[in-house]
Amino acid sequence: MSERILTCIGCPMGCTLTATIENGTVTTVTGNTCRRGDDYARKECVAPERTFTGTVRLLGSTLPVLSVRTAAPIPKEKMDEVARAVGTLRIAAPVKCGDVIVPSICGTGVALIATRSA
Amino acid sequence: MREVQLAIIGGGPAGLSAAIAAYDAGVKDLLIIERDSVPGGILNQCIHAGFGLHTFKEELTGPEYAGRFIDEVEKRNIPLLLDTMVLDFSRDKVLTVSSRSEGLQQIKAQSVILAMGCRERPRGALNIPGTRCAGIYSAGTAQRLVNMEGLMPGKEVVILGSGDIGLIMARRMTLEGARVKAVVELLPYSGGLKRNIVQCLDDFGIPLLLSHTVVDIQGTRRLEGVTIAQVDHKRRPIPGTEQQIPCDTLLLSVGLLPENELSTAAGVRMDPVTGGAQVDDELATSIPGVFACGNVLHVHDLVDFVSQEAALAGRSAAAYLLHGEEAGRSIPLVGKNGVRYTVPQSLHPETMNGPVTVRFRVAQPLQNAAICVYADDRLVRRIPKRVLAPGEMESVTLRPEDVESYTAQITFCIEEGTAQ
Repeated sequence: MSERILTCIGCPMGCTLTATIENGTVTTVTGNTCRRGDDYARKECVAPERTFTGTVRLLGSTLPVLSVRTAAPIPKEKMDEVARAVGTLRIAAPVKCGDVIVPSICGTGVALIATRSA
Repeated sequence: MREVQLAIIGGGPAGLSAAIAAYDAGVKDLLIIERDSVPGGILNQCIHAGFGLHTFKEELTGPEYAGRFIDEVEKRNIPLLLDTMVLDFSRDKVLTVSSRSEGLQQIKAQSVILAMGCRERPRGALNIPGTRCAGIYSAGTAQRLVNMEGLMPGKEVVILGSGDIGLIMARRMTLEGARVKAVVELLPYSGGLKRNIVQCLDDFGIPLLLSHTVVDIQGTRRLEGVTIAQVDHKRRPIPGTEQQIPCDTLLLSVGLLPENELSTAAGVRMDPVTGGAQVDDELATSIPGVFACGNVLHVHDLVDFVSQEAALAGRSAAAYLLHGEEAGRSIPLVGKNGVRYTVPQSLHPETMNGPVTVRFRVAQPLQNAAICVYADDRLVRRIPKRVLAPGEMESVTLRPEDVESYTAQITFCIEEGTAQ
């Protein structure tokens, strides 16, 4: 049995969480003030995830780049790989906010989507 | 001279939200004036997620959050005057504006909402010794270059100041391939949100050096390095603690200043602590018919609260235009013992017909303390708090029954210890 102290990133409150871990799973979470804290601690101790945000080169628009994000959080260890892959993308305008740019980015099964229209 | 019932200066989150609320309250003759070529303000360059948890119950990026409000403005056909800079606004509410397409023109408004936002404290305000080489940017300028212009300011980065923009840029520059060597913070605590320290610094192993500052800048044409040193409790560098860090880029994230040149020139009464206008519970300034909201009023942490505050300014401007001014007795709201300021700074007990949200910041980090509110000497609210930090804005909602007909002043203070 081990304990891990975490700062919740679910919202700007930043609650200090204590997670108790037994045999690779989280058994209890304390210190959270809402459901998000409990969910975060259970994931963070076993398989941490983050939402990636960045930009891709945009062709045929007055904007040189288009802002994008992953439609859902991806495994944290994939962040570098996704950042490098997104850096090589070139896409053509017009694009609408929410359009899928890549259906599954770096084999994560999560789509890369546009976060603005251009 | 062009005439309009309501002119809103600024098309960022505050201006957009104020316009929607004023329109919905019955003001159809209104105009948003924005100096950029697109509405949305600073949100356009804040491409990271974390906006809208309060308003939309989901985590949006800045452009997505702005997009929701821009859609609402378009649905109502509220006119936007883009690429247009307001150069002056006078006490009688005549705005002098300038744009490339229309040149100089004047607009006469019956009511004005100030929603100009804030800007970053520059290097010149810090008195850092050293050379005046290239490679020194404010964090927000770097954010605009990377996220909107598609340009990388440098490869080896030191960030001075641990405000949220600096933390966000530490992550962004790292993901774009730069090496962020350290975030250096003068104070013994960070002014940024805790979650940003976790997901922007800890995730990437970027050190946060508290009680440190930059004491020298080296480089002739381009920045070559900075010298940092530890500081004592009076924020003076401690001799012998200097370290030199080679880098080609220094980002400054050292505070935001409400952009109030127009307001002060017009004679709006200011609050020296917030750097914004003094307002009452309707967000009315000292000039009748002029209202203020968002970061030009006081710097916020969360855009959700900017939108809420701006909607109140919009409704208040509508009430002023449609029903006239409701004068009445005004009592001051005062921050004491650890509460640096309050917004609003006053309220009208006779016309207070609903709850009033009072926002404020504490002067220093505290644990196990309580926010206390007194109407004269009577305790009306005591809110125990595990943690209070200057980087996180607090709020208390006053209800009409908290204020008596004879109340002369409402005081907000911090009392240590949560025991009742």
